[in-house]
Amino acid sequence: MSDTSVDIGNNSAAISRADVPATEPSVSDYFALLKPRVMSLVIFTAGVGLIVAPGDIHPVLAFTALLCIAVGAGASGALNMWYDADIDAEMQRTAKRPIPMGKIAPGEALGFGATLAIGSVVVLGLTVNWPAAALLALTIGFYLFVYTMWLKRRTPLNIVIGGAAGAFPPMIGWAAVTGSVELSSIVLFLIIFMWTPPHFWALSLYRANDYERVNVPMLPVVAGPDETRRQIWIYSLLLIPVTFLPCALGMGGAIYFGMSGLLGMSFLYLAWRVYRHRSGPVATQAARKLFRFSIFYLFALFATLLVEHGLGLHVGLGWA
Amino acid sequence: MADRQEWSDEDIKRRRRRSIAIALILVGMVVLFYVITLVRLGGNVADRVI
Repeated sequence: MSDTSVDIGNNSAAISRADVPATEPSVSDYFALLKPRVMSLVIFTAGVGLIVAPGDIHPVLAFTALLCIAVGAGASGALNMWYDADIDAEMQRTAKRPIPMGKIAPGEALGFGATLAIGSVVVLGLTVNWPAAALLALTIGFYLFVYTMWLKRRTPLNIVIGGAAGAFPPMIGWAAVTGSVELSSIVLFLIIFMWTPPHFWALSLYRANDYERVNVPMLPVVAGPDETRRQIWIYSLLLIPVTFLPCALGMGGAIYFGMSGLLGMSFLYLAWRVYRHRSGPVATQAARKLFRFSIFYLFALFATLLVEHGLGLHVGLGWA
Repeated sequence: MADRQEWSDEDIKRRRRRSIAIALILVGMVVLFYVITLVRLGGNVADRVI
């Protein structure tokens, strides 16, 4: 590597010789590049798609599919950290990531992410099926090119449209079994797609300063916290009916129906508290509570589907 | 990276751990591909037309 500065991504931050790590990166630094917390939710939702899908898949192939989906999601995280290294360094929430901390050079993160991305798609295609591999490639490409490179720094709708990337995993799991995209798998996609904006905007309400500092046009920065609260409420109202769609298609049974009702009411209550409390520590607390609950909410919804189908507890509602 | 002059003990330890991790991943992949091959072939080998 020469002493000449090189640009990373489209941003103006230059990486000089001084940015090359002073010490050898550890295994845990590379693992952190994969965004393990995001990866765990991806593995879980993909696993639910895989189990709920009609048909059979050999356990070894199911494991391989989940492994490829996990690695592909991790690759997206690494590529995202490579591109966003300049703003990550300025934000409190992301400043301790391996690239801003100087533990891994941006170029290494790019090579690592690209290798894993291509490898996961090719292995999934060769060992499971190509429709699932194509969806995984779409997910990685969408997260990197559409969300990270195009939308994130340009529009407050970044998280609305970009959220699709996080919604694909159950469709990939489903396609691993059936080899196709079906209405039921699109419904699983829709649940996560509609869940993402209120989930992420709740976080951005109390992290608005971070985004403002780096000129990322998150909704609270561009439209203000009150409008963000209104949008959280609207999207929450839209989300709840979508979570009942699996019942209409026969995918969700009686237990799922009850759980989605209970969880939905709790979600709406917390979203309403965010809407009502607009200043002071109470407002921050309300946003934090909604953010934390939203993670549990999605996990519990998909876990219920998993239990119904995995343990044979599915009792149809006779809607489909 | 090539112009680095000295390695600290910690650097050497990290490199070793990384090398071990890469080796384990490679062995894991070899085993996985072997098992996948068996699964994909399955009974098709026995059922083939001779």
